[in-house]
Amino acid sequence: MNPQPPIAMLAELTHRCPLACPYCSNPLELAQIENELDTETWARVFDEASRLGVLQLHLSGGEPASRRDLVELVAAAREAGLYTNLITSGIGLTEKKLAQLDQAGLDHVQLSLQGTTPEMADEIGGYRGGFTRKMQVSRWIAEVGFPLTLNVVLHRRNLHQLPRAFEIAQEMGARRIEVATVQFHGWALRNRDALMPSKEQAKEAIRLVNKARKDLKGTLVIDFVPADYHDQLPKRCMGGWGTTGLNVTPDGQVLPCHAAQTIPHLTFDNVSETSLSEIWYKGPAFNAYRGDAWMPDTCKTCERKEIDFGGCRCQAMALTGDPNATDPVCAKSPHHLMVKQRAEQHAAQGDDVPLTYREPPRKTATQRQIPGATRRASA
Amino acid sequence: MAPSDIPCLPRGVRLHYDQVRKNWMLLAPERAIPLDEVGHAILKEVDGTRSFGEITTALAEKYDAPVAQVQEDSAGFLSALKNRRFLDLVS
Repeated sequence: MNPQPPIAMLAELTHRCPLACPYCSNPLELAQIENELDTETWARVFDEASRLGVLQLHLSGGEPASRRDLVELVAAAREAGLYTNLITSGIGLTEKKLAQLDQAGLDHVQLSLQGTTPEMADEIGGYRGGFTRKMQVSRWIAEVGFPLTLNVVLHRRNLHQLPRAFEIAQEMGARRIEVATVQFHGWALRNRDALMPSKEQAKEAIRLVNKARKDLKGTLVIDFVPADYHDQLPKRCMGGWGTTGLNVTPDGQVLPCHAAQTIPHLTFDNVSETSLSEIWYKGPAFNAYRGDAWMPDTCKTCERKEIDFGGCRCQAMALTGDPNATDPVCAKSPHHLMVKQRAEQHAAQGDDVPLTYREPPRKTATQRQIPGATRRASA
Repeated sequence: MAPSDIPCLPRGVRLHYDQVRKNWMLLAPERAIPLDEVGHAILKEVDGTRSFGEITTALAEKYDAPVAQVQEDSAGFLSALKNRRFLDLVS
């Protein structure tokens, strides 16, 4: 089979992050600072990506503002001809830095929102003062005039704040909001008892999103990832494995999706040794789940196989131990009932279940007992 | 869409010629929209100063097509972009 060129690349510039969100999507094993790709290597990778057909570059992390060369990296990305998007918590960005990013040609900013009140946001982010700082950064973003998308992760504790999140997006002048129900991969798996939304909440989120889409048509564009573990049909993960996008980790590994390292049999190429084009077209990890040869019969004979491609490989791995299995969210999966029951058990836990905060990529790291108590805003 | 409306591409939305796919694209936050010849012809005229009426009259002349038809097609296309926040109207 002959894959199309990728449209989007997620560049995880660093795993460093001032926040410690319990649903962190970065892998359990974080890349160390000393192994991060340098400015020149990233610039070369951006150039290779553009030649390969990538149009959209997402600069992410960790917190990309933790990179001292962020402005240079944005300039290099624009030089390569890429549409350049910064995905940030806002922490670490200053008025001056935003002006420099504007000069460098940054196209778009995505700002994360952990909650709509300081109490909620700072508790979830594990960073005291984060919400206030974020609101300040959002005003600077508006002053520069960057187009803005607000990113919200929903879970059992903050789902009731969704209506307010739509208001905040409008107050900030955002054109878009991305509302994603928490996906349980990596670190987030440790927090299922604390974060799993109930079936009723999952339904309520769908209702609120549909209503807002109608009310705010032409004002605020809403992208939504529903809670699939209460569903009957799996999600079309990554738009299809190895069809649309690729991820580059801070140390240069190239992944078909951000959680692909949880699949033990896959091996990944590194941009330091192999060209992006070679990796995209010939890399074993990218070819592992292209097409339908890998599929179990349940998927192979299913009329939806071109729609959801058997669902999420990483979710199949996490919940059944077999990355080649039908995503157990699917009603046709033999594990479906077990997953539904488990989801309901997680969701039935009280709201006093302690959050297990993400640990930073430092060997000297200590588990934080009080959110935000061990660190202060550096910017 | 009124003839006096002035369409413009807001910041963060731009035309881009894709050298790999040999196609014009409209790049916007989280989206890359492939444009056909008609779409590209319309957006090429959108400069933030000329009105919808002026643009469609010019297009009708250029492509020797009835103005009413050009206006209908352009309005449909531009309204769809506007609903997705890829286009602003100044009146």
